[in-house]
Amino acid sequence: MAGPLEQFEIKTLVPIHIGGVDASFTNASLFMVVAVTAVTLFLTIGMRKREMVPGRWQSMSELIYQFVAGMVRENVGNEGRAYFPFIFTLFMFILFANLIGLLPYSFTVTSHIIVTFALAGVVFVGVTIIALVKHGLKFFSYFVPHGTPVVMMPLLVPIEVISYLARPVTLALRLFANMTAGHTMLKVFAGFVILLGVFGVAPMVVIVALYGLELLVALLQAYVFAILTSLYLHDALHLH
Amino acid sequence: MTERQSPPSPDSSNRQGPTLEDLDARLRKARGIESSREGRDGAGAGLQSGMSGVGAMLRIGIEMVSAVAVGFGIGWLLDSWLGTKPWLMILFFFMGSAAGILGVFRATGRIAYGPGAVTRDEKSKQDAEVSARNDRE
Repeated sequence: MAGPLEQFEIKTLVPIHIGGVDASFTNASLFMVVAVTAVTLFLTIGMRKREMVPGRWQSMSELIYQFVAGMVRENVGNEGRAYFPFIFTLFMFILFANLIGLLPYSFTVTSHIIVTFALAGVVFVGVTIIALVKHGLKFFSYFVPHGTPVVMMPLLVPIEVISYLARPVTLALRLFANMTAGHTMLKVFAGFVILLGVFGVAPMVVIVALYGLELLVALLQAYVFAILTSLYLHDALHLH
Repeated sequence: MTERQSPPSPDSSNRQGPTLEDLDARLRKARGIESSREGRDGAGAGLQSGMSGVGAMLRIGIEMVSAVAVGFGIGWLLDSWLGTKPWLMILFFFMGSAAGILGVFRATGRIAYGPGAVTRDEKSKQDAEVSARNDRE
């Protein structure tokens, strides 16, 4: 029987080595491609007819679009419109990666911390660059809380800097931990079903409930990632 | 949905006036709806109410752990650079813990989100002022 952690194993599908660097096409790469393709197909085929009165599929695409657009408008403001494509892409990719990972025999890309950390790192570096370009050296005033006495500065500024640097770590860890914990739990309960034989019905019921919860978590984590990106972007654009 | 204003009747003497006023009123109404929805209230509330129990615990735990880890990491790097092991490591561990607690407070919405940021009440007040100013212009 497969262990609960075997689902996270990376398997090389097409070995590629470029100058001593292992750049093989793995199952993780495959499911990233699948996620991107699924998003593209979902949106382009959904919007192909461009009806005035949208059908089911078209209104799904439009609802997601409006949901993210509203989120960006509310949390970043009007200046945030320029960054809408990025946040929308991020949201759709994470959402589809999470949801595709819930299909049996598939692989959850977002359950690997290096993937989520790369996403969070792009957000962090991008947001910091935007803030530096927009505000120049004034950006560093962000680390000084309002009305700080000069005496307290050597203590408070490093704390603020650490809490700023912890952002990408938090962002990456949250998505990774949620996905990994949920999938491991599902597999553990699936193991119980086989071990208990006839009485395996009980853990089976639990699995159904857990699966519903996992669907919620998949949606929620994509939302949380996108909304935190919007909040960080808001801070970068307005500083306070 | 908002009620549509009936189009001005053709026999009204000043056709320009009512339409512009109409538009202004409608704009004002739309802006009012927008500004009441604006701010982080919606987002924050959604985040907090959406994740109950285990989710919130995981979230707060991660907030704490990552700040401590980052603090410790910075201390370790500075130590190996300056050769002052283990003093900066210890110092930054405590700094990281402080940052972690700050992060937890921010995540739970007890204090304002960013350093020096205004609290939610102040923010909504400021938003109202800004929108009022925009309306006057």
